[in-house]
Amino acid sequence: MLSRTADSLYWIARYLERAENLARIIQVTDRLSLMPSGAETAGSEWHSTIVVSDCEEGFYRKYNDATPEHVISYLAFDEDNPSSIRCCIETARRNARAVRTALTTEQWESLNTTWLELPKWSEARVRGSGLHRFLDWVKDRSLLFHGGTVATMLRCDSYYFMQLGTFIERGDNTARILDVKYHLLLPEHAEVGGGIDYYQWASILRAVSGYRSYHVLYKEGIRPWHIAEFLIMREQMPRSLISCTAKIKDCLDALGEDYGQRHDCHRMAGQVYSQLRFGQVSDVFRQGLHEFLTQYVDQNNRLGTEISRSYLM
Amino acid sequence: MPGAVFDEMGLSEHEVRSAYQTLRTWLNETPPEVLSLRREEAETFFRRIGITFAVYGEGGDPERIIPFDIIPRILEAAEWRQISAGLIQRVKALNAFIADIYGPQEILRSGIMPSDHVMLNETYRHVMQGVQVPSGVYTHISGIDMVRVGPEEFYVLEDNVRTPSGVSYMLENREITMRLFPDLLSRYNVAPVDHYCSELLRTLSSVAPRNCDREPTVALLTPGIYNSAYYEHSFLADQMGVELVEGPDLYVKDDIVFMRTTQGPKRVDVIYRRIDDEYLDPLAFQPDSVLGVAGLINAYRAGNVNLANAVGAGIADDKSTYTYVPKMIEFYLGEQPILKNVPTFRCGERDDLLYVLERIDELVVKEVHGSGGYGMLVGPKATRAEREAFSERVKASPEKYIAQPTLALSTCPTFVDQGIAPRHVDLRPFVLAGKEIRVVPGGLTRVALREGSLVVNSSQGGGTKDTWVLKD
Repeated sequence: MLSRTADSLYWIARYLERAENLARIIQVTDRLSLMPSGAETAGSEWHSTIVVSDCEEGFYRKYNDATPEHVISYLAFDEDNPSSIRCCIETARRNARAVRTALTTEQWESLNTTWLELPKWSEARVRGSGLHRFLDWVKDRSLLFHGGTVATMLRCDSYYFMQLGTFIERGDNTARILDVKYHLLLPEHAEVGGGIDYYQWASILRAVSGYRSYHVLYKEGIRPWHIAEFLIMREQMPRSLISCTAKIKDCLDALGEDYGQRHDCHRMAGQVYSQLRFGQVSDVFRQGLHEFLTQYVDQNNRLGTEISRSYLM
Repeated sequence: MPGAVFDEMGLSEHEVRSAYQTLRTWLNETPPEVLSLRREEAETFFRRIGITFAVYGEGGDPERIIPFDIIPRILEAAEWRQISAGLIQRVKALNAFIADIYGPQEILRSGIMPSDHVMLNETYRHVMQGVQVPSGVYTHISGIDMVRVGPEEFYVLEDNVRTPSGVSYMLENREITMRLFPDLLSRYNVAPVDHYCSELLRTLSSVAPRNCDREPTVALLTPGIYNSAYYEHSFLADQMGVELVEGPDLYVKDDIVFMRTTQGPKRVDVIYRRIDDEYLDPLAFQPDSVLGVAGLINAYRAGNVNLANAVGAGIADDKSTYTYVPKMIEFYLGEQPILKNVPTFRCGERDDLLYVLERIDELVVKEVHGSGGYGMLVGPKATRAEREAFSERVKASPEKYIAQPTLALSTCPTFVDQGIAPRHVDLRPFVLAGKEIRVVPGGLTRVALREGSLVVNSSQGGGTKDTWVLKD
């Protein structure tokens, strides 16, 4: 298959996944901002959202302060931000049009409908309670496309390239969402492990649709230690770092088998996977959760670059 | 306008031509509401599968659809035999002409055509002089525009031997007729067209470079998603099962063309290019072209890849070359032309120019290098001011214009807002030339939807019709 076709498929999946994850990040931030907190930290959630979505530079070139309106406008609608939800959907659809015949009818029609409906969501319409309706719509459209992919696409190289896009992006986003906690400031009077701390951790679980699943696996309630283990090392959790890395490794193995050739990306994926598979959560905290996540995001990034080099250019 | 207009069905109940009798009965039986409903279904179908078309330089919907008229046009077997024989003869002669121009140039030495006309023509490609193309074929895919003015009178209006488009509409129109009107179709014995894409692939594979000893790898080169015919490019590539490539997907190393695939470089043998000559290779032509592939022309000249249609084929479809085609047929084939040319005045010649300026209200004047219905004047339909302005342009550079009498184009029954009414049509059949020459029975019928209009171009409000060729 043409490298450009594979590249387009990979990026369709990445951009849609990114749109979904941005919706999740905005949702969790909005929840956190409802928490009572001291004046000195008020609004810091919105700044932390800009930090974890990696768009500090672009955002502060345009705005002086991270008010909810500015952040939502920049992350959801801004045409100058190539990673805004709007741009993600438009880029995904443009890529899809260029490789129409590589997609199934279900995939194309789902994505095309998303693109056709997008202009109905104006900034004015998502003020107040409209925000969550919009964010739910984004998640629904992404899940529908993803479901269409799994349910209708032939298991061949095109499928593997789409899955690679999804899981590289998802791993990156789960790591970033978990890292939100590091950037959140606890009000001075609040204690670690206290009510506000608890509430912040719970919101992070909700952002990755993991609140209930967590309680199924861990009976002692919210513990940072467990949450980190749950989102990093538990393969039962479909958005955990290890789940994403395992999927990446599987797809690369399938490609290696089909093409009869392995590359550097195969070695790297194996390496990242074994660190997660055989590591312990105590090591993570010894290293520092933030440092560990930064390192993961970096490795995942390099893995993405290596996949591009081997197949997509 | 000279003469009465010929209607292909027959305008009154008692003069319906034989091929149309069943259709006429069916139209009488079918209430207009049903026809309206079917027309809506057709539009939904085109929109959903994304058969769209962009018009350059206009705002509005960038992905709009060409109107499809649901009433088919019908050609009888005997009519088609004459057309088909004429097309094959014509394409043979055009091909022989191109081979001659880039070879011995006998037609110039014999004095039949002035040397300057060819050597100074902007479609002449110096890089092709003396190049041997596989099987001597230059015009792999031709679209010949024809009009009809009487029961047995067909004229060729224009030859298109660069990158003619429209064949996807021929195929999709049949597809939609089969869905909408299976009952009508089954009352006729209509020759199928859906093998066009496999014939096209066969044609392209048959002209692989001589040094290609494997099953040749064919690719379709497109300028990309912003091109107005992008849908057709992706449709044809998909139907043939070949890769749809853009310039950056290809590269040339040691005069060999490769495409970048997920399994590494893959050698390409035949490129069906839907990019104009000037943009094919920045090293050979337009240096700022980002659509093409650097080094492609050298690989082509070295005989390591074949291009369809050949570079420089445009020398044969220039509107002023057109006037020489009947002479070419006699010169190269020793035959009389089966299909007639429309009498054409070359404004570059003094007597013709004077005649054209005097009779501009009766004539159609066209730019030699214009296409798509742009840069032309339909004298009888134009206002006085338009005619005067156009005359000035012709006087300023007469060699850029030709003129033809306004033909009374035939009409076909068409479903318009007022009901079923006659509208003017033309016909573009497609001719495939590889080791053999083949014509798929059918073509693209374009119809001018505005009452009385003679301009059928889709960029100017034209629509399309399914074209049926009956079998004996």
